[in-house]
Amino acid sequence: MRDDKVYTVTGLTKDIRFLLEDTFPDVWVEGEVSNHTVSSAGHAYFSLKDKASVLNCVLFRGSGSRVAFRMEDGMKVLCRGRVSVYDKRGQYQLYVSGVEPRGRGSLQIAFEQLKKKLLEEGLFDQKHKKELPMLPTTVGVVTSPTGAAVRDILNVARRRFANVEILIRPVRVQGGEAKKDIAEAIKELNEFNRQAAGSGGRDRPIDVIIVGRGGGSLEDLWPFNEEEVARAIFASKIPVISAVGHEVDYTISDFTADFRAPTPSAAAELVIPLKEDLVARITGLGDRMYLAVKGRTDLYEKEVSRLGSSYVLRAPMNVLLRLEQQVDELARSSASSARHAVELAEKDLGVSTGKLSALSPLAVLERGYSITFKDGKAVKKAGGLKKGDLLVTRFAEGQASSRVEDREKGAVDG
Amino acid sequence: MMAKVNKSKDVSFEKALEKLEKIVEELENGDLPLEGSLKKYEEGVNLARLCREKLDKAKKTIETLAKNSEGMFQKEPFEDEEEE
Repeated sequence: MRDDKVYTVTGLTKDIRFLLEDTFPDVWVEGEVSNHTVSSAGHAYFSLKDKASVLNCVLFRGSGSRVAFRMEDGMKVLCRGRVSVYDKRGQYQLYVSGVEPRGRGSLQIAFEQLKKKLLEEGLFDQKHKKELPMLPTTVGVVTSPTGAAVRDILNVARRRFANVEILIRPVRVQGGEAKKDIAEAIKELNEFNRQAAGSGGRDRPIDVIIVGRGGGSLEDLWPFNEEEVARAIFASKIPVISAVGHEVDYTISDFTADFRAPTPSAAAELVIPLKEDLVARITGLGDRMYLAVKGRTDLYEKEVSRLGSSYVLRAPMNVLLRLEQQVDELARSSASSARHAVELAEKDLGVSTGKLSALSPLAVLERGYSITFKDGKAVKKAGGLKKGDLLVTRFAEGQASSRVEDREKGAVDG
Repeated sequence: MMAKVNKSKDVSFEKALEKLEKIVEELENGDLPLEGSLKKYEEGVNLARLCREKLDKAKKTIETLAKNSEGMFQKEPFEDEEEE
């Protein structure tokens, strides 16, 4: 058959290639992934197999970057591509342009894979979570300037505490470029704090960042499931609250952030406190403080009453009264800081005036006792008196003078 | 002896509140002598007042942040657009 054309190896391979390329320019193949490897250049090589056959596949870096999840051996996938020949090896293979997982959606798998990876790396560890400031003066917001999230956050800010500066760093929150925007914005806000630190107080540093967007489909929320965004959140020195979509939506950002808020509104409510709540808290502390000190002085009062109520105790009583007055004055002077405490103090003062007067030597006199003075000093011992000494006796009402006739040193039943 | 007390201007609300809480606890524990607790009480009252002042010094701004051509950050008033 000398008339037959003699091919060169290259020629035949080329013809086979054309044949295959013409016949299978765009096909879908389903199979199980095996021998999956990625070269240093970023191209992925793997085989698709079923019970009887094996098909070599290559997924070049360009096409591979559009595949959201990471292929793993054993995974059932659907590949789209063209069949051609790798001339140097005389090997036909599928040049893959797209991969879809079978069973679960690719985004779902990608989500689970990234979650697992970052979890293992420790990005979600509780020990990395920063505390949220209780009363931030400057809140950074990374979101779309026209989306629902920004409006919700501003509404909350208007409704709640006014003393807050909101700095919006506008970004795209969906589409392929969004992840870069968001990650960059978080970095920039941290950079801003370094600038603010050097501004001599002109710029206040950002105390907390809210990153998020309103609700949408899984695809819409996808940028918040990107590794780049997660890493930027993790690297932020400023505490980050992730607020993506609705309550039911969980994203990688949520896991990585210092705090997850179910919605952007909730995030704003978290960091922007109600002024009334804070006032109530301060007032509550004022009350406790007052009561604690009051409790102390009351204790001393009791002690005094236990020891008795002779005239000499007027001196410590006076100290006590002075201290109580001081306490009450302080409570009153803090009218703006502890309104409530003052009311309480005044009410309490009424009570304690009654209590004190019950203990006062004058009240004792009401009960029929009297105090005897010699040279202006209360007489406690009969032994110190001589016949003829002038005594002044103080009654509940009025006083009388008298002179000593006789005395006995010992105790007298009283 | 209490020189550190009245540097209060620079104290943040949170710091002041934190200090106030500590004072309340100390007072409630009742370990201090009476005169000492009155000093603490006075300090606490001042802190409470400072906190209130901070709360009342209210001013809200909403701005956007962008870098200018020199790479410095600049704030612009935020235009709240009413469309979705």
